Amino acid sequence: MQKKATGKNVGAISPVLTSPEAWLHPSPNGLYCAPGKFHIDPHSPVERAIITHGHSDHARSGHGAVLATPETIEIMKVRYGANAARRFEPQPYGVTTNIGGVAVRLVPAGHILGSAQVILEWQGRRIVVSGDYKRETDPTCAPFELVHCDVFVTEATFALPVFRHGPADREARKLIASLGCQPDRTHLLGVYGLGKAQRMIALLRAEGYDAPIYLHGALVALCELYERIGIELGDLRPASEAKGKPLPGTLVLAPPSALADRWSQRFADPVTAFASGWMQVRGRVRQRGVELPLVVSDHADWPDLVDTCLATGASEIWVTHGRDDALVHELGKRGQHARALALIGFEDEDD
Amino acid sequence: MQRFADLLDSLGTTQSRKRKIALLVEYFRTTGDPDRGWALAALAEGLPLRLPLRRTLRELMAERIDPVLYKLSRDYVGDTAETVSLLWPEPSLNTPPPNLDEVVAGVSGVTSAKFRPLLSGYLDRLDVSGRFALLKLLGGAPRVGVSSRLAKTAIAEAFDRNVAEIEEVWHALAPPYGNLFAWLVGAAPRPDTKHVAVFRPLMLSHPIEEKDLEALDPTAIFAEWKWDGIRVQLSAAGDDVRLFSRTGDDISVAFPEICAAFHGHQAVVDGELLVIRKGQIAPFNDLQQRLNRKVVGPKLKRDYPAHVRLYDMLIDGDEDLRNQPLSVRRARLIAWHVRTAPDLSDVSSLVAFGDFTSLGRIWAGTRDAGIEGLMLKQKSSHYLAGRPKGHWWKWKRAPLTVDCVLMYAQRGSGKRSSLYSDYTFGVWRVTADRTRELVPVGKAYSGFTDAELKDLDRWVRAYTTERFGPVRAVAPGLVLEVAFDAVHTSARHKSGVAMRFPRVHRIRWDKPADEADTLDTIVALIA
Repeated sequence: MQKKATGKNVGAISPVLTSPEAWLHPSPNGLYCAPGKFHIDPHSPVERAIITHGHSDHARSGHGAVLATPETIEIMKVRYGANAARRFEPQPYGVTTNIGGVAVRLVPAGHILGSAQVILEWQGRRIVVSGDYKRETDPTCAPFELVHCDVFVTEATFALPVFRHGPADREARKLIASLGCQPDRTHLLGVYGLGKAQRMIALLRAEGYDAPIYLHGALVALCELYERIGIELGDLRPASEAKGKPLPGTLVLAPPSALADRWSQRFADPVTAFASGWMQVRGRVRQRGVELPLVVSDHADWPDLVDTCLATGASEIWVTHGRDDALVHELGKRGQHARALALIGFEDEDD
Repeated sequence: MQRFADLLDSLGTTQSRKRKIALLVEYFRTTGDPDRGWALAALAEGLPLRLPLRRTLRELMAERIDPVLYKLSRDYVGDTAETVSLLWPEPSLNTPPPNLDEVVAGVSGVTSAKFRPLLSGYLDRLDVSGRFALLKLLGGAPRVGVSSRLAKTAIAEAFDRNVAEIEEVWHALAPPYGNLFAWLVGAAPRPDTKHVAVFRPLMLSHPIEEKDLEALDPTAIFAEWKWDGIRVQLSAAGDDVRLFSRTGDDISVAFPEICAAFHGHQAVVDGELLVIRKGQIAPFNDLQQRLNRKVVGPKLKRDYPAHVRLYDMLIDGDEDLRNQPLSVRRARLIAWHVRTAPDLSDVSSLVAFGDFTSLGRIWAGTRDAGIEGLMLKQKSSHYLAGRPKGHWWKWKRAPLTVDCVLMYAQRGSGKRSSLYSDYTFGVWRVTADRTRELVPVGKAYSGFTDAELKDLDRWVRAYTTERFGPVRAVAPGLVLEVAFDAVHTSARHKSGVAMRFPRVHRIRWDKPADEADTLDTIVALIA
């Protein structure tokens, strides 16, 4: 029986056939759907996996079959090679397949290119596993789509009320202004290599920054993939092309780990910039020795997390990873049943 | 407030001293009075507002946010001002933000009951960085790595003055320093310093080298012992008596008995602050128990009795002696000290000598506690601010050295943030079961060239055994010959010893770690 998503009371009117835990529950390898016999974002190799997005703590190599968006599959192939899984099953947004009686549909999560929420329907109940998501617009990926459901499985990376992310284009302008007033220094921007790097480039291009942008070797392949998929990133050059020259006045993007590495020593008196949601907290800025903190996050901030959980109309909220205690508390206060799944294996990624 | 907030934000993320100064210069040049004066006060010494800030914030937050969420947030952020600034609801009205003067005038002398609505009113008119700046301003010290000295240096640079000129008037001024800025921009005469105990910039010395000694005429030189205390200036203007450190920080509150001993005098004298017990100079460590204290009780005064040993006189009564030769100043100091006989002080005596060879012998034979070396001063030297060449020299004993093993390395800051530049080193100790273990004895981050630093950094990365955030533990395989001035016992360190001024003397790439020194060697060097 297919039930239409009509609004807030979806959960309340559906007949209680089985508890949701009976068909989707945490297992040692991550979330497991029993009737469909598949895992979602498992952290060790399994027979059948559905992958929400390409970040390495969600997408790992070595699974039997991998169902994901075509973009996520391309990302996995770039990162882990064409044989990262025995079989890839690309499934575009909006298409439904049936796996062991469970209807599986992917819809955009707005987190990074290809990121998806997994919509599962079984015996008239609907669970949405959102993976990581954000509500802010991002020129490099499809916007988050709200799907009403009985159970909403949410992340909680930035689930503290201190996290209220401002508009990302403002941060891009801040970087451009700094480049303009310190022309003798290299601006070294630390970014997570998948998603954040390309989003920052796209934001800068949209603000009119059309100078060449240099890339640390670890970012090159993924930027090429984005361009292949049709996301214009402008004039990008590998930093290795400069052959150790100090590149004053230019912008160089690198993964966070490279900022304090010897690799960074070649540049002209670098301004260390870092684009991450964590940059909202001064302690994190100091800890990393960042001179130009840019608050740009690919995760929902506190108000968006709370609003999204409530807007799904779900009767239950499951919190997978991050600061679950604050979110569970806040939702509980608003009369929303919420609990922490305490899934292991997810990192406070460098976002 | 927005400009001050931007300044705090940039200072907070800027490591380089030069760039910090540039940020301050820009701010002081382009901000009007009295806001820049309040900002200067906040950065240099903190505004003495004494407001019930903590309690008021707690009350205000309790009305606005769930206590559980507040606690989780506060624990995560680690700083109350920052947590409040992040959690405060965004302003809904378009009221312009308050400037510094409005805030300082508003909260001055206000009662607790009135402070609360006032504070929430200000917070309602500011954005997140403005709220942070407001709370840091009201809380006393913004802690953005700006010392009082750095702020004065920036003021001097902003208005093309020498920092010594700023220091000379500094202690005659009060926030918001209207008369200072009026003078600096040429709109008013220099502030009057007559009846205030102000600081006069100190004259400093250079380390002596062989070729200096050869060029000097021993009969034109005074030799004095270099005491192992801290350099101070005692400035007495009648009722106003203050003790200043060499950088011009007012440390009077930590040594009230010294100030009391000079009460009623009109003089500025230069000397060494020491702890002296029954005529014996106590180790430097004892003096440290007295430094940076806000309150000094009778027990502390009794256990660590302070004393100043004087060696120069800058001002006697109304007369500025700084343009007189040292021989004259010294005679005036002695005459003044005999005449007025202030307690807790004496005049440092001269060391009589024939030539520098015999002086060297005298000194080599002296192992008295509290003597760090010799000072050589031209009898004809005027008292010149700063570190002028060719007048005063310090002749320190050759440093002690021991061979230590590198144990931990930490990333540096600023320019050195990508390099492991801070080294913790240890020596061997025989344990109860007769095995040998390394115990840390000190930490050094200087004494090597940039090229050597790169080599050290490479070595650390290659021999890392464990990581703890910015710190790496390394395998015991590299010997550092560490130089230091002295070593004393310390309850705070596992090894039981603490070094003074340790620095890397040589990197012993050649020496096996097994052959490094033992703790016994260091213990034997305790003065």
